[in-house]
Amino acid sequence: MFFFRLKRTIKLGAKSLWMHRLRSTLTALGIIFGVSSVIAMLAIGEGASRDAQEKIAQLGSRNIIIRTIKPPEDQAAGGQQQTLMEYGLTYDDAERFQNGIPDVQVIVPNRRISQQALYRTRRVSLEVVGTVPWYPEISPTRVRFGRFLSTTDMHYKQGVCVLDERVVKELFAFDDPIGQDVKIGGDYYRVVGIATEQSKTPASTELETKDATGAKKAAGANVGAMYVPLTTVKERFGEMSLQVSSGGAGTMERVELQEIIVQVQDVDMVMGTRQSVQTLLSRFHKKNDYEIVVPLELMRQAKDFQRIFTIVLGSIAAISLLVGGIGIMNIMMATVSERTREIGIRRALGAKKRDIVIQFLSETLILTLSGGLLGMGLGALIPFFVTHFGQMRTVITGSSLILAFGISGAVGIAFGLYPAYRAANMDPIESLRHE
Amino acid sequence: MIDFRQELDFDAEGPILVMEDLCKSYQLGATELRVLREINLAIARGEYVAIMGPSGSGKSTLLNMIGCLDRPSSGDYRLGGQSVSALDDDDLSMIRGARIGFVFQSFNLIAQLNVVENIEIPMYYQGYSEHESAERACELATMVGLGDRLKHRPSELSGGQQQRVAIARALANDPLIILADEPTGNLDSSSGAEILTILDRLRDEGKTLIVVTHDEHIATRTERVIRLFDGRIDKEEFNTR
Repeated sequence: MFFFRLKRTIKLGAKSLWMHRLRSTLTALGIIFGVSSVIAMLAIGEGASRDAQEKIAQLGSRNIIIRTIKPPEDQAAGGQQQTLMEYGLTYDDAERFQNGIPDVQVIVPNRRISQQALYRTRRVSLEVVGTVPWYPEISPTRVRFGRFLSTTDMHYKQGVCVLDERVVKELFAFDDPIGQDVKIGGDYYRVVGIATEQSKTPASTELETKDATGAKKAAGANVGAMYVPLTTVKERFGEMSLQVSSGGAGTMERVELQEIIVQVQDVDMVMGTRQSVQTLLSRFHKKNDYEIVVPLELMRQAKDFQRIFTIVLGSIAAISLLVGGIGIMNIMMATVSERTREIGIRRALGAKKRDIVIQFLSETLILTLSGGLLGMGLGALIPFFVTHFGQMRTVITGSSLILAFGISGAVGIAFGLYPAYRAANMDPIESLRHE
Repeated sequence: MIDFRQELDFDAEGPILVMEDLCKSYQLGATELRVLREINLAIARGEYVAIMGPSGSGKSTLLNMIGCLDRPSSGDYRLGGQSVSALDDDDLSMIRGARIGFVFQSFNLIAQLNVVENIEIPMYYQGYSEHESAERACELATMVGLGDRLKHRPSELSGGQQQRVAIARALANDPLIILADEPTGNLDSSSGAEILTILDRLRDEGKTLIVVTHDEHIATRTERVIRLFDGRIDKEEFNTR
């Protein structure tokens, strides 16, 4: 009984709205745009946030990354140009972490040097990463073919390397890279393995450098990484490098390690260990020549940022829905006064106040819910175009669709109730006389 | 809640409508406007009654009162053995829907609904099923001679045809009384005559009819004429046929 009544009410409402197609469409537009903007904004926000989260997760939530940064000039030299600058993390630091901090599970000291690599006639710029055999344990890097560096390689300072997939793509057209020699400077490195990064998204270096902060900026121009035993790098490249400043005068720099990655056993230990690292380093480094990056912290910041982002987007969307709702209320008020006579007739023929409320409320609801459905369609299309043309990741979550649809229903009720009440409380005698 | 679809339980021989000392007054600022004064009226089942009177005599108010669109200020009004004076708005709606058939001067059909749907309105509010009400609406439309115009909108019908739809609608719930307010007022004489013929036929079928009119010609077709003046029943005349 109730169901049939509902069906007829909906039929009746749809009919009245269909009588004024243009008006109904224009009214629903407010809701359509409101709902689609909610969905599109949430999809873009969600996409950006997941992108950031994944990038950070790649750095490892149990990791603490300590990087060498160049200390400010004035602090180091007191205004005078030095011929040799010594700064940055050292092997001693790594050892101190190993011995001095109990929760540390894995320590990976890395050297990173930008170089040109040559294979036959092909040349690419890449980043030589001097590292240790257990590097894959703390990074998303995995070996696809061949093997990673071994302790033997370390011990004998072998001229071997593991290449990043991206480097392979640039350097080797048709040959199987494993077993081939890649030339850097005057030395040859035999390729023993090909590594890939476990990442769901296609790597966009632009975002990566932003997330990984400071020190990695130099990697922007590099195609990828070439992993070489740390000992080999130390021997072949030494620790000196010549930096040509803008004035033309060269400065020699001596840096032992570009980064030390420390992994702890449990996520809970991250912040405590970070404190210990900070304390240890501040004791031995007079210059401000290091930075500590905690991916976990970044993740939390990203989440905070996401929350603010969602609130801002939510308010904008709420305002647009509010405007749409007011538009609907406005039209419904006009409809009610236009149909005063009809209301009078219905009341005279036995309609209760409740029947009138239901009639007009259901009309408003049909308007907003169909607007909501169309808005959902449009809202799902916008992120598609944004991804396609704007190269931005977007994620439409089921909850955002339900939310948007729910809101359109709520707007219908909130802004339909008053006009419906006005309609129901009109005096039947007056309404019948209304011209 | 009263179930109005139930069989009525009152003396079938007694009057269908009783008004006792019924008064209606409106408060206009500080002054009290007394529109109806001590109306005593009884109408029997199957009677055909005309209510007449000059403008401002309280005709419309009495009509609203009989039609349960308004409540008396004092006095009692019983329709079908049931006192209406104390009912709330919902019950008044139910009474209107179940016991009274309205025929208005300006037809008062709903423009966006077709003939059948217009006739269905009272049945819709009485909770008839869709099938039941559609069937009955078609029957009634055929009865008033609109069997070939079931899907027409009011705007596609002549005035006379529209008023016939209104009469069919008034009959939909098989009401106790049919209340017609100047039913021929907006019609040309030939359409008006058609409508009056239909009303005569309803009277012959035993329906109770109350017509409010200015037209003496209509009044002569009825059995009783109630003349109102200044809010009182001034005169009652019985027409012998």
